[in-house]
Amino acid sequence: MEVLIGITGKDFVLLTADTTSARSIVIMKQEEDKTRELNKHNLLLTIGEAGDAVQFAEYIQRNIKLYEIRNGVPLSTKAVAAYTRREMADSLRSRNAYQVNILIGGVDPKTGTPELYWSDYLAASQKMPFATQGYASYFVMSTMDRYWRPDLSLAEARALLQKCFDELKKRFIGNLPSFLIKVVDKEGIRTID
Amino acid sequence: MSYDRALTVFSPDGHLFQVEYALEAVKRGTCAVGVRGKDVVVLGVEKKTVLKLQDPRTVRKVSMLDDHVCLAFAGLYADARVLINKARIECQSHRLTVEDPVTVEYITQYIAGVQQRYTQSGGVRPFGISTLIIGFDVDRVPKLYQTEPSGIFSAWKAAAIGKSSKTVREFLEKNYKEEMSKEEAIKLTIKSLLEVVQTGAKNIEVAYMDEDAVLKQLDSDEVERISKEIEKEKEAEAEKNKKAGGSTSGVAPMQE
Repeated sequence: MEVLIGITGKDFVLLTADTTSARSIVIMKQEEDKTRELNKHNLLLTIGEAGDAVQFAEYIQRNIKLYEIRNGVPLSTKAVAAYTRREMADSLRSRNAYQVNILIGGVDPKTGTPELYWSDYLAASQKMPFATQGYASYFVMSTMDRYWRPDLSLAEARALLQKCFDELKKRFIGNLPSFLIKVVDKEGIRTID
Repeated sequence: MSYDRALTVFSPDGHLFQVEYALEAVKRGTCAVGVRGKDVVVLGVEKKTVLKLQDPRTVRKVSMLDDHVCLAFAGLYADARVLINKARIECQSHRLTVEDPVTVEYITQYIAGVQQRYTQSGGVRPFGISTLIIGFDVDRVPKLYQTEPSGIFSAWKAAAIGKSSKTVREFLEKNYKEEMSKEEAIKLTIKSLLEVVQTGAKNIEVAYMDEDAVLKQLDSDEVERISKEIEKEKEAEAEKNKKAGGSTSGVAPMQE
């Protein structure tokens, strides 16, 4: 029932995750943050198996940080996505695979060029202009196919995201009352309404 | 030829010679000084003269272990690399399991623990380095720790390791004041290093950490400027002493 949506704009990536944390028929909390900052310009969103999602995200977060401390430079989004995919692939071929689906969004700190990577628990990975994880895909991908254009401004991207939310509210049986929306751009990562 | 017998064993009179020899290796390394002020901690290191064809940026004597902890060493550079790498992994591992950054004492204890393990394991020799570890914990109190090849560690107000560290330590003991400001602490660090670094300010690297726990480097111009200030003060002292001349205490004027 969890949802991740990512949209690349002109010089930013808009990323959102629903904030519902539920088990079986009970909603435990409504302020769950399914994102983890990997470095100043890269954000990781994870959903999937209870526990795995957080564990995997924090493991990647720590290793990206370790790379930065060791080498004095942050990793690019492409490198982060490649590293994360590799960890997922290794885990898949081991006793306990992480059952986690992710989105990685980031910008190049110098040029502001945005990049969005979609990766799943089978370690498939693809760079995409817009992407979703979870049941949302069935509803929201077609909305974005219709309305996404390259070089969207932040306001336009936010409006597109609202169309997605409205679509989900109308057609998706799962109730997702709130979303956490983050923007990654040259300045860094921030939360918006 | 067995590779798992202990190399570090006791001598009949209770010495661990390998550890003591490791300390000798440390004494041959370039000098490093740490000074703790009121709300700042400063690290000064002697930079080995960069050979003509060498790229100076690849020789780093002050290394970050995590955002808020930093390490300088004296001794075998390669040994330091290994230890620093282990410490860096431990810093992140600690954050992963405990969701908190390491305290300076914790990571010092870890490093000292590794150094001790290598004095009591088969087939390995002790690390030939002493380290100075600085940082700030969430309590925003500056910290300075020192470790040795034997695995001993302790906290210090000011410490020196490496070549001529004894001279520097004596200088620090004479001139250390409690609750020094940032400028005073940096000045004391440079002053103490100038005592032993023959080639002067251009071979001294200074880094410091404020309460915000971010490591800042002094650029070489700044180090030059402070060294010149120190020189001027020294000369003024010497002049004063000369003028006072024939003082009954018979104190010799400061020699250049």
